[in-house]
Amino acid sequence: MSSYIFKNATLVDPVSGLDTQKDLLVVDGVIERIGEQLSSAGAEIIALDGKTIVPGLCDMHVHFREPGQEHKEDIASGSAAAAAGGFTAVACMPNTDPPIDNASVVSFIFKKGQGLAVDVYPIGAITKGRKGESISPMIELREAGVVGFSDDGSPVNNTKVLRTALEYASMLDLPLIQHAEDPHLFAGGAMNESIVSTELGLPAIPRLSEDAVVARDLMFTEYVNGCYHLAHMSTIGAAEAVRAAKAKGLRVTSEVAPHHFTLTDDTVRSYDSNTKMNPPLRTADDVRAMKEALRDGTADAIATDHAPHAGFEKEVEYVYAPFGIVGLETAVGLSVTELLLEKWLTLPQLIEKLSTNPRRILRLPEIRIAEGQRANLSFLDLEAQWTVDAAAFRSKSKNTPFHGRVLTGRALGIYNNGQLILQR
Amino acid sequence: MSSLSIPHLLGLHDVPKQDLELILDSTDTFLEILDRPIKKVPTLQGKTVVNLFFENSTRTRISFELAERRLSADVVNFSASTSSVKKGETLLDTARNIEAMKVDIVVMRHAAAGSVKFLSERCTSRFLNAGDGAHEHPTQALLDMVTIRQKTGSLEGLNVCIIGDIAHSRVARSNIYGLLTMGANVAVCGPASMIPYDLERMGVRVFTNIDDALDFSDVINVLRIQLERDAGADFPSLREYHNAFGITRRRLDALGKDMIVLHPGPINRGVEIESEVADGPYSVILPQVTNGVAIRMAVLYLIGTRAE
Repeated sequence: MSSYIFKNATLVDPVSGLDTQKDLLVVDGVIERIGEQLSSAGAEIIALDGKTIVPGLCDMHVHFREPGQEHKEDIASGSAAAAAGGFTAVACMPNTDPPIDNASVVSFIFKKGQGLAVDVYPIGAITKGRKGESISPMIELREAGVVGFSDDGSPVNNTKVLRTALEYASMLDLPLIQHAEDPHLFAGGAMNESIVSTELGLPAIPRLSEDAVVARDLMFTEYVNGCYHLAHMSTIGAAEAVRAAKAKGLRVTSEVAPHHFTLTDDTVRSYDSNTKMNPPLRTADDVRAMKEALRDGTADAIATDHAPHAGFEKEVEYVYAPFGIVGLETAVGLSVTELLLEKWLTLPQLIEKLSTNPRRILRLPEIRIAEGQRANLSFLDLEAQWTVDAAAFRSKSKNTPFHGRVLTGRALGIYNNGQLILQR
Repeated sequence: MSSLSIPHLLGLHDVPKQDLELILDSTDTFLEILDRPIKKVPTLQGKTVVNLFFENSTRTRISFELAERRLSADVVNFSASTSSVKKGETLLDTARNIEAMKVDIVVMRHAAAGSVKFLSERCTSRFLNAGDGAHEHPTQALLDMVTIRQKTGSLEGLNVCIIGDIAHSRVARSNIYGLLTMGANVAVCGPASMIPYDLERMGVRVFTNIDDALDFSDVINVLRIQLERDAGADFPSLREYHNAFGITRRRLDALGKDMIVLHPGPINRGVEIESEVADGPYSVILPQVTNGVAIRMAVLYLIGTRAE
């Protein structure tokens, strides 16, 4: 038995159209009352003047490295990072060791996630061993509880496999989440191809590598009436293709990572491997295109692609460093700073990108702030100015290009599964 | 002599003109030393230099080593094949170990672009880049500029064309930066597949026809076509490359003008350059090698004696 009264917070819920300053009484994991001057015997009072409560945020793209690479992250540490970043749910990618390509690994992920405040949902591999050669037992995976299919980290480029996988995923009413990359154009690349790669002499990945695969995939999606989700969209070309496909009525969604609407490949001049991720940081024109895509709905979700790596793995020569950065604990700050304050999105729109839409894409239950609903809440301070300190991350890994950056807007914590986690 | 504004020589990208002029001017002093019967001065006596070569090199390493010994430095050679790199040690660990041995100057070559900058930011030694991936090879560009200047007196307004695989060439990048800073007009020529993306934005003209390029040029710098590269990915065959872009005596004679021909070596005779050109009157390839030792002495001296 536990109950809390969250006092004087602004409640914002795009689904129920809520935007009001009220008290919220939560008893045993359920929103009992929303009102003014609430009181309840035995309830702990949490003063949230000037703070905001929104439906629990959901990051549909994280790498928790368990099983197999627990020195980078595990489900417990990743979930702690998620809670600190304001997320009550995450979908973890199947590029583990072994990969999530059979029901037993799915059960393992759920078992590890049991009892946590953060809901951890597995995404199943599209192909056996993520090799791109033959599709995984997708029906079994669906029955075991995966919320989507992806070979993330690798593309599915065998067109017959792609077609079969799209047909299977659609039959199971789950999205096929593609890591769009052409292996030949990508080969050996370390950064975006641009004047910067030309000056730095680093092997480059052209935008064409993403554009060409997205264009092809959308043809397949149309042909088989598939359900397609583009992971970590990063180029003007991909955004244009997705926009056109949506206009045609295709079942297509997409996500953008905070680093792709914040940083350009100019930051690679430092040769700091924390600027190395896949897809790579692109040009200022692409950054703007990602913001436009978020504004006009071409991009449905903000997803971090949280990719932890140990310091000794990242602190090497740029070309040898692994791709990826951690993102869970900076996503809210970057979204507020880059999108809300710059008026690309309103607050309800931002919450749609961070909660409503990713849950809808993964066929997760809708979260609402209303009496009688399960309490699944994120607490935000939209005005807090803070400096990113990687050492303070809950994640096991500290690989971020945002260390030292001053952001506005910060998550205070979450309430989910009857557990309150308040960081500040 | 005045002193350099830069603590390390990582590349020519951000090196100001007065530093380039200082290096080029200092080279004459060291060329004079190389002509003496006893080619040794005590300038770097008591200083330790390590030649940290993670990538094979014969001529650059020998050139640096000669320069170091002629300045009386204590010299240690480290090459990847004899090192702990093969045992899986990271670059940072290797560097920290070398650092702990109290080395003053590190001359470094590595296959990864940016790796010299990476180490220079994590160690207290002075660093000289002897080639990092396809990024920069500043002493090669400096020796090229000295060699050109010996023939022309100045680099200002000179038309210089770099010919070959520009995309994978650190020599090209360093030459482009250095020559532009010194006021030369820079062009490149090669198959379109070997011209890196958006290169024009660096202030460089791009030719894909060799005769147009030669028409433009007072000086050409002919890059080695790396035979070990996978022919077929970037160009169809060495034979076709030679026919379309190879520098031949016939092509040069047909121009009816002076031409200075450089090549950073080693030469693939009959591929990017004909023997008759390499060994002929247009060529300054052997003076480049001599100047290479002198310019490395100049850079070692200027970096090694620079006040902290």
